[in-house]
This record gives sequence, structure tokens and C-alpha cells, in this order.
Amino acid sequence: MRLTINGKEETIEKNSVTVAQLLTEMNVEMPDMVSVELNGDFLERENYDGIEVQENDRVEFLYFMGGGSLIG
Amino acid sequence: MNLNEEQIERYSRHILLKDVGVEGQMKLLNAKVLIIGAGGLGAPAAMYLAAAGVGTIGIADKDKVDITNLQRQIIHFTKDIDVEKVSSAKEKMNQINPDVEVKTYNEFLMANNIREIIRGYDFVIDGTDSFASKFLINDACVLEGIPFSHGGILRFDGQTMTVKPNDTACYRCVFIKPPPANVVPTCSQAGVLGAIAGMLGTIQAAEALKFITGVGEPLYNKLLSFDAKSMRFREIKFKKNDKCGVCSENAHITELKDEEQAACDLTT
Repeated sequence: MRLTINGKEETIEKNSVTVAQLLTEMNVEMPDMVSVELNGDFLERENYDGIEVQENDRVEFLYFMGGGSLIG
Repeated sequence: MNLNEEQIERYSRHILLKDVGVEGQMKLLNAKVLIIGAGGLGAPAAMYLAAAGVGTIGIADKDKVDITNLQRQIIHFTKDIDVEKVSSAKEKMNQINPDVEVKTYNEFLMANNIREIIRGYDFVIDGTDSFASKFLINDACVLEGIPFSHGGILRFDGQTMTVKPNDTACYRCVFIKPPPANVVPTCSQAGVLGAIAGMLGTIQAAEALKFITGVGEPLYNKLLSFDAKSMRFREIKFKKNDKCGVCSENAHITELKDEEQAACDLTT
């Protein structure tokens, strides 16, 4: 199936895949450090296992980035 | 208040800008911006905001300057090792521009003091490292209605968004809650190219200047993300999250609490 992931067209050799499987498939090293937007909606991390992506879905992986000064 | 002759010269390259002019420069001189974190992001932001003549700049940090900071925290010099970061930053900002009143907060910002500290500022720059701090700053700014800039850097990547509470998507709309503490990259795995901090902190300073002068469009409802290896920039657009814990109609966060810390000191 064809998906748009982070703005790029990607082909996944599967007919159905959950968000969690997609993170593995796309070699995302630390899935807990990613916020996933699916067709404009942000997903709860607990639901990555239960939500399936469909043909032509738009997926964004947004990485958590810290990196200023340690303050709190 | 009018600009004196020296100020007209000092800010002439702002004043020459049709969109800024004397009026915009006066807005900057009357503005109050708080920078949280005098580290990789806060250092360049503080220097540009001071140079720009932002009248009151607050800077908050509890740390002292360490030799490992000097690779990217360009407001601190070798002579400043072991000096409080806020004192070191204030010294440089005053040297750049004596017009600016610098207020220092040599303290940790926590749930019990952050709202009081940010109140009265027109704009906040988040230059912190830990996700607990980032969510705390987001929630405090939303509850106080103060616009702010989020910034994050890691290795060769950076990201930033600007939030106008309740009108535009907030940090929690996008990232929902802090990552589990045990998966945050450890210090030995992380690291950052120093100039990335400069790129990102400078974008945050520009967003503050745009917001104060009303010029252009802030990074609302989008995350600007870049990868310095390819030097590609992307914008990820989104809208407010109607399930957001702090800024949606269904928000459950009405007062602040401290989250478990999860951060990497070496990325600061």
C-alpha cells in the first residue's frame, strides 16, 4: 500500500499495518520518542498498537527534541 | 518616550525596514521577553534580543557555566566557567546593549513558581532541555495566556513552533505528554552540533521580534523542522487538538504539577 510519510511517498509491502508496526517497518529506533499524526490527528501513544493505517493515509512522525538548558 | 540620537543610530537598520520603522523599534524597547534557559538556545536568543533593543529581557537558569557548555552556548566565555549562567548572560547582554534591562532568575522553574515568574512578560522563549520543563512551560503559558516559542534540538536536527494560547495549537496539542523517562536518549547516545543551537535559538529570537512588532506570520499551527545534514527544512502543518489536555474544551489541566524529569544534560 502507498502512504505519505513525513511528506514522502512510501510503499509498504503489506495490505494492513498498525501504527506500531509502521514505526518498526520504517526503522524508527525509539517509537516512544515520536508523536504520530495520522491524517491531521495526533494519536495517543497507547493506541499505536490498535490503529491501522490505510492506503493513501498521510502520516507524520514528529520527534521529541529537548536540547536547550537543563533548568527544572 | 522618543528615540534619542544614539538610539536612532543604533537601531538604524531596524528603522530602515519599512515593516519595522521607528514605531516597531519603540515597540521593541517597550517589550518584555522572558528566556527560560541560558543554554544552547537561550544564548543566541538572548544576544539577538539584547542587540535588537528589547527593553526588558528576563533570563532564567539555575546552572553554572561548565566547560562542556562552551561548544555551543556562545554567550558564555572560557573565563565564565563556574559562574552562574544568568550572571554571565547578563554581563554580555549589557555589554552588547546598555539600553536593555536584564532581569535574572537564578532558580529552577517549577509548578509552584513559574506562573508568577512569567506573568507580565509579553513573550516567552523556551530554551530548556527536559520534556518535563517543556510541558510545564507550555501549560503555564497557556494558563496565563502568554505566547511563546518552543525549540528543540538533537544531534543534527532542530524543530520549533510558536504558540498563541487558545488561538493556535500548543505544544501539548502535538506532543500530548512527556515520553517515558526510561527511553529518553542517554547522554552518551545524544550530542548536538553546536551551530544547530545557534540556528534554532536565532529562529526563536526572530519569532519573538516578529510577534512584538507584528511583522509577518509567526510559526503558528505548524512545526518547522530541519535536518542540518541535508540542510532541508520542512513545515508540518496541523490544527488545535480537540483532545488537548490543556487548551481544548475538554482540558483537564487547570493547575500545574511537576512531572518526572527526563533529560539529557549533554544535549544542553
